Amino acid sequence: MILVYILVFIMLISAIAAYVFKDLVNAVIATGLMSLTTSILFYLLQAPDVAMAEAAVGAALVPAIFIIAIRRTGRYEE
Amino acid sequence: MRRIIAIVLLTIVVLGIALSLTEVPFGTPKTHVGDYYVKEGVKETGAVNIVTSVVLNYRGFDTLGEVTVLFIATIGLGALLTTHKERKKKRDVMPASLILSTGCRFLFPLLLIFGIYIIIHGHLSPGGGFQGGAIIASAFLLTYLGCQGVRISERRSKLTESLGGLVFVIVGVLGLIFGGYFLLNFLPKGTPFSLLSAGIIPIIYVAIGFKVGSELVSVIDNLMEGST
Repeated sequence: MILVYILVFIMLISAIAAYVFKDLVNAVIATGLMSLTTSILFYLLQAPDVAMAEAAVGAALVPAIFIIAIRRTGRYEE
Repeated sequence: MRRIIAIVLLTIVVLGIALSLTEVPFGTPKTHVGDYYVKEGVKETGAVNIVTSVVLNYRGFDTLGEVTVLFIATIGLGALLTTHKERKKKRDVMPASLILSTGCRFLFPLLLIFGIYIIIHGHLSPGGGFQGGAIIASAFLLTYLGCQGVRISERRSKLTESLGGLVFVIVGVLGLIFGGYFLLNFLPKGTPFSLLSAGIIPIIYVAIGFKVGSELVSVIDNLMEGST
């Protein structure tokens, strides 16, 4: 149970970090971290099917697509 | 002044959500249908993984819609990015480091085998076509990042995608012909816990795996093509 609270805390911190960071690559990595913690949380709450989808899509594919988009636009937020 | 109003409104919303969530009895069965799936699912569909039996048997038609949504999104992205592809200019691409290029060569087959395992065992263990397809797509993403110059054939990925969708619909229509309704499990169920069980469920999951994998790979391909 205490592990769930720790994971939720990490999720909150990384979500706020994704909003605060001015370097967008760092923000994307923070979103990836949030997805990874979400998938561990899904696994602990006995939903392994959803955890797999979340880990593959949220932590691998979506950050990659964001980083490709950043490469085409600008790296820093004004 | 506006900031104070915003903070007050936010506090009210947060308090409302928190108060309403305390009243919800989490973890207790609220409908009878979930109970029914858990008790009768294995007997009726032959799939040991209850989630799979719901996704592909009880709610199979919804899954067809879900796959169609992904298909339309891919088509839309392709249509949007081909206009940019016309005027692409060569930009200097930084070569991948030794760790990335070696790791890509070693990890690609392992990731591919893991994805295929997840797809084939969708009716026995957690996972299935969507998850396995996403893992296969991440394997291809690794080759795009690490082994530069590797490009997949766009025509073949489109062909795989269309074949996957076609197999799904044909199996559904065969159920309509043999038993009278769409996506009927007309094949023998087999013994639970064995690989060849659950009738049409593994066939449809393999089709979905191919479809989702090739769709996500073509999304990555479109974006990478446009960006270099």
